Amino acid sequence: MNAFTYIEPATIEEALATLVRHGEEAKLIAGGTGLVNLMKQRLVNPGCVVSLRRLAGLADVNLDDGKNLLIGALCTHRTLESSPIVREHAPLLAEAARRVATIRIRTMATLGGAVVHADPNQDLPPALIALDARVKLRSPKGEREVPIDQFFTGYYETVTQPDEIVTGIAIPPSARTTGSAYLKFLPQTADDYATVSVAARVALNNGTIADARVALGAAASTPLHARVVEDALRGQAPTRKTLEQAAALVGAIVDPIADFRGSVPYKRDMAIVFVRRALGDAIAAAGGAVI
Amino acid sequence: MKNIQVRVNGHPVAREIPDHRLLVDFLRYDLGLTGTKEGCSVGVCGACTVLLNGQPVSSCLALAVMADGGEVTTIEGLAEGDRLHPLQQAFIDYGGFQCGVCTPGQIMASKALLDANPHPTPAQIKEWMMGNLCRCTGYYKIIEAIQAAAAEKTEP
Repeated sequence: MNAFTYIEPATIEEALATLVRHGEEAKLIAGGTGLVNLMKQRLVNPGCVVSLRRLAGLADVNLDDGKNLLIGALCTHRTLESSPIVREHAPLLAEAARRVATIRIRTMATLGGAVVHADPNQDLPPALIALDARVKLRSPKGEREVPIDQFFTGYYETVTQPDEIVTGIAIPPSARTTGSAYLKFLPQTADDYATVSVAARVALNNGTIADARVALGAAASTPLHARVVEDALRGQAPTRKTLEQAAALVGAIVDPIADFRGSVPYKRDMAIVFVRRALGDAIAAAGGAVI
Repeated sequence: MKNIQVRVNGHPVAREIPDHRLLVDFLRYDLGLTGTKEGCSVGVCGACTVLLNGQPVSSCLALAVMADGGEVTTIEGLAEGDRLHPLQQAFIDYGGFQCGVCTPGQIMASKALLDANPHPTPAQIKEWMMGNLCRCTGYYKIIEAIQAAAAEKTEP
């Protein structure tokens, strides 16, 4: 690992000023599990590393007046999986967090890091897409929010500007009859990246699918929002045939890479299988049944 | 260079270190605490597990400057004088190690487990410990050792 200067701002304003001062030389660090590995491999060689760890309030979990779930960027995966508020209001996010790597990584790695790292293999982004989450960003010019499915632009690339800091995410309240599921296909080891992962959320109304969200990890250069599947489900009865036909549509939009976890055709087939299973599990979690 | 102050195994330590010093190197080379081993160096194998503010972390991925003001517990901090920690004794009594390279990490991860959940089920032990790799034991002896320590059993 190359040498760098470590800076620990005390306030978000100071952190933003540090980013402006150092420009492209600066990299933000939260838990460090992503950045330190990249620096060790000399894939990223920042002249200065700016830690967010002293910034007050950035690890908080709250519900606002509109019942939006607000989670700070420094919240660890361990907190996401164990927080009663997250488990009650976004069980899909808690479940996805629980499936990340090992306990040692989950105690260090943060929500904000998982989002800006933008590795399409990661677990939280598909869950956040299925939850209609918005990413909150702060720059010297002010704040903005970006819908999570417009946040990722490519492998390890996001819309985040060099002078911006991801401060947290916001998740809107779910419909009462919503059920969700996160499935991670792991034929190798339990702490591996998925061959394919699927986050699904289904809202039922009088026995039909009122709305659905489906998103995949490890299926393309970015986390993949499978709108085509959602469109095929809306207004339909949750029959086995409907789920099969809707899930099959994902085959045309996945663009996985071949690696030791499987070939491209295999991963495409598994994406279809796991979308169907995740939809079935989400319908069951919503109190419905596949007929 | 940065000055950091850390409580290591209950003792206050102050050192001047390079900004990019890893926690595992700080422990091994700056403090001479070589009980913590470095295995894979990418946060996967668990050999370098230590407790940072009570939580298990991969010390090969942690910057030592980020431990400033915090508390680190390593394998050297578990025994009280000549009396081994119950987990250390159980790993001996139940054959929870062979070559021993992964053992400090296994025991620190087990300690974090029993601190969070004093009476884990075998399934909970397996889920928590799955990131601590051992190439000798086949894992069952490790699970038995943790169960024995949790049950405060001293003899197999």
